[in-house]
This record gives sequence, structure tokens and C-alpha cells, in this order.
Amino acid sequence: MITSTSLRALIVNWLPAIVVTVLLIVMWEVLVDVLDVQRWLLPAPSVIIAEMFDSFGFLMGNTRITMFEILVGFSVSIMLAVSLASGIVWSRTIERTIYPLIIASQTIPIITLAPLLIIWVGTDMMSKVIVIVLFTFFPIVISLVSGLRSVDKEMVDMLRTLGASPWQTFTKLMIPSALPSFFAGLKVASVVSVIGAVIGEWFGSSSGLGWLMKIAGGQFQTARVFAAIVVLSILAMALFAAVVAVEKWSLRKYPPTANRVIRLGES
Amino acid sequence: MSSDTRQISSDHDISVDSRNALLEISGVGFDYENAPILDSINVSVDRGEFVALVGPSGCGKSTLLNLISGVLSARSGQITADGNMLRADRLGNVSYMQQKDLLLSWRTVAENSRLGLELRGVSVRESNEQVRALADSFGLSDVLDSMPHELSGGMRQRVALLRAVLPDNAVLLLDEPFGALDAITRRSLQEWLLNVLDTSNKAVVLVTHDVEEAILLADRVLVMAPSPGRIVAEIEVNINKALDASALSMSQEFIELRGAILELLTRQEAVV
Repeated sequence: MITSTSLRALIVNWLPAIVVTVLLIVMWEVLVDVLDVQRWLLPAPSVIIAEMFDSFGFLMGNTRITMFEILVGFSVSIMLAVSLASGIVWSRTIERTIYPLIIASQTIPIITLAPLLIIWVGTDMMSKVIVIVLFTFFPIVISLVSGLRSVDKEMVDMLRTLGASPWQTFTKLMIPSALPSFFAGLKVASVVSVIGAVIGEWFGSSSGLGWLMKIAGGQFQTARVFAAIVVLSILAMALFAAVVAVEKWSLRKYPPTANRVIRLGES
Repeated sequence: MSSDTRQISSDHDISVDSRNALLEISGVGFDYENAPILDSINVSVDRGEFVALVGPSGCGKSTLLNLISGVLSARSGQITADGNMLRADRLGNVSYMQQKDLLLSWRTVAENSRLGLELRGVSVRESNEQVRALADSFGLSDVLDSMPHELSGGMRQRVALLRAVLPDNAVLLLDEPFGALDAITRRSLQEWLLNVLDTSNKAVVLVTHDVEEAILLADRVLVMAPSPGRIVAEIEVNINKALDASALSMSQEFIELRGAILELLTRQEAVV
């Protein structure tokens, strides 16, 4: 239920973004019209919206496929990142062997790897999941490791004097302390995962929004490309919002020591 | 002596040797990055005894408590706390209240208080009962479900002390427990500590730079000097603690004792 105060807060929070977006769209519409830009070059927002209604079923069918790939890839990525980060924090040997590999994996231009993945694992969902994981696990691992490391040394000693085992220290102190950093990485990864899915689909797929964009682009159906972009943006924002919701819930349950929002511009 | 009983009998010998001493520190030295921090420290604290360590900052008082609790390992010497000679055995078997309250921000007062019991595997119900049993005398019964950030500094220190004493270890270490508090709160907590804490069965070591606090709380004051940290004097506190703290601090004996200890502390400052 939305009370009048929470509705007001909602409007105050979102009004600046909405106003700017609407202004940009209006400018786009007007400029395309005034400068008489060709439809296949840059369609006006009204044309894109019309296209979204026209090919709604087609768009949604492919959206469902892309969304599923993202959810699977993102989940696999989180599980992989959590185990890697835990291993790195747990053991120096694991850190020394794994950390360089993780960093090296990020120097591979994943776009060039995608066609190879098609050859190796085929054109089914697996290749897209791998691309999404390659794109998203890195920010999660890095932020989680730094979060787990940022734990107060005195807190660790306090737990040791109470007889805590390393595992107890990890679960009762380090994980709750690392939550803010973990979610910072998760937010970056949630948005990047959408890019990963599109790139995965671009290089060998017969469905999904990435494939749809590639086909439509080749046929100069520019409005359809933009329609897919709009859907992808909505997907990314929804995923981001979901992560923020889980973050809010978990930080209410495990409040960090300092949870004041600092804005340097508003002293 | 057969080899398989050796461990047991040697433990037995030690408890016989040290008689009443719950805490025995002999010849302990500690270095940090090749600089000597502590040098040949010898302290023995009996059951029921309350000892205060006073000294200028940087003389290694807190380091000594970290060594006793097992957080740090000594370069040389031997520490035995309630029969535990090994550092790993002392961890978890020596109660240690640090200078900062170090409360976990996501746990309620009750959950913070029972942390030590929880780590030992005591059930939630059992540990909550133990918390409630002491909460009254700690003045915490009304705030058991509060979060740490809702509490004043003095209250937070009480929670930290409750957390430290609940595992009921025989050796209790207090590192400037009231150091971060204002003078009035500190004085009332000192009086409260004397009344609430049953130390008759414990060996207590208090680290402080507040000479009055040392006299007020301890039976014996050890004066330390820095670089390297060592004990330079040992003073028995033979004054009647039955008086309340403010009356006590006005008494002639108290003033003389305080003067003597301050004299010892300032003399070494001059040497340094």
C-alpha cells in the first residue's frame, strides 16, 4: 500500500530523472522531425514505441530467452565469485594461484572469445552463460575480497579471545561486514550481465534480444533494434532494482557500523 | 613416568607448584619488528586478586594483555592462565575486555552479550537465560533487544563487559575499560564494577593510565616503565574499600598512595 507520504517521497526521488528523460525524448522527436532524418538511420521515439506495440509478441518471446540466460549466468557468477573470494581470503596459497588467473581472465577481450565459445560448447544456452559469467564474476570477486579484508582487526582479535574458530570468525564477522562491498560489486555485475547476454547471443544464436538486434540491424529495421535496446535497458534496470531491494533488506538485517549517506555537495 | 601419562602429570605438577596463582607470567619478552616492547615480565596473580598495571602510554601494557589472552605470542618466557600454558589454549579461556566496546552493529544487546557462549556451542535458550540472569545487575535488562547504536558509551561498555564475563573464565583482563568515557560516567562505572563483579574466584588484571582508577579497583598496583616495557614497582593497596568512591578518594591514605605512584611515574618520565 502506498501512503501519501511515501508517494510524495517516490515522486521527489524520481522526478529529476523523469523530467530529464522526457525532455531528451521530446528533443529527439523534434530534431528527427525538423532535420528530416531517415527512418532507417534514426527513427523517432514515436516510431520506436509504435514498433514495440507492433512486434510485441516477437519481442517478448526473445526477451524471455535473454532474461533466462541472464538469471542463470548471474546466479552462476555469484556462486563462482563467492567461492573464489572466500578461497582467496581463506588461504594465501589459493590467493597466490587464483588471483593472477582471475586478473588475466579480464585481459582477454571477451568479444573475441565469444565465437570460440560457440565452437567449443555450441550455440545453446551454455555459451551465453559462460560469456555472462566472464563479464560479471570479476567485479563481484574484487569487491567481495576487499569487503572481507576490510574487517576490523580488533574485532577479529575480540572473537579469537572468545574462542572463535576461523570458520566462526568468517561466518559471524567477516560475511556480515562484507555485505556493503558485496552489493556494490553485485550492482555493477547486474548491469554488465545484460551486455554479456547480448554479446553472447550476437555471435551464434537463433533467439534472444542480441540475435534479434543483429538480424534487424542487417535488414535496416532500425526501429526494431531500438525497441530491443529499450527492452534491454528495462531488463538491466529491473535487475539493478532487484539487487538494490535485496541489499536494503540485508543491510537492515545486518546494519554496517557507519551507514550515513555522505554527500559532499550538501554540507 | 610412562610416556603416555607425562602430559597429565606435568599439568598436575604446575597446578601444585603455582598453588593459588591463577595467572603466572614468568620471564616474558616480546619484540615488534626487532624492537623490544616487553622485557622479562614476571607477574603472579592469585585467585581473588585484582591487580592493576599503570604506566605511560607505549609501555606495553596492552601488549601484555594481548600476550596473556593469546592474541599475540611471546618471544620468550611462559604464561600460564588457569592451567593453560599454550597460547591456543588460552584463546577462549581468558576473558578479555578491550578498550573499545567492539560490539557487532547487527546484533542486539542480548545477541552481543551471548556471543562468547554461542561460540562455545551453548544453546540460544541456555545462553539467553544466562544473559537475563546478569542483565539486571549490569543495568541492561531494559535494553536487551536494543541495537548497539541506540546505547550510550557507558552502556556499550557494560555490554562489552557482560560479553567478556559470561563465559565465566577464571582470568579476567580489562584494558582501560572506561578510558573512552567522560569522567562522571567513568567514576560511576568504577563504583558499579566494584559492586557488581564477583571477583572472589577470579584473577583480574586491569590496565589503566588512571592512577585513581587503579587504587580504587585494585589490591595491588604494578608500575611499568617504557622502552622496553618492564615492571619497576609493585605497591600493595591496603586501604579500606568499604567507603564509597568519592569518600575514599578524599582519604589521607588514598592521597598518599596516589602521590607515591605518580611520583614513580614522573620519575621515569624524567629518566626517559
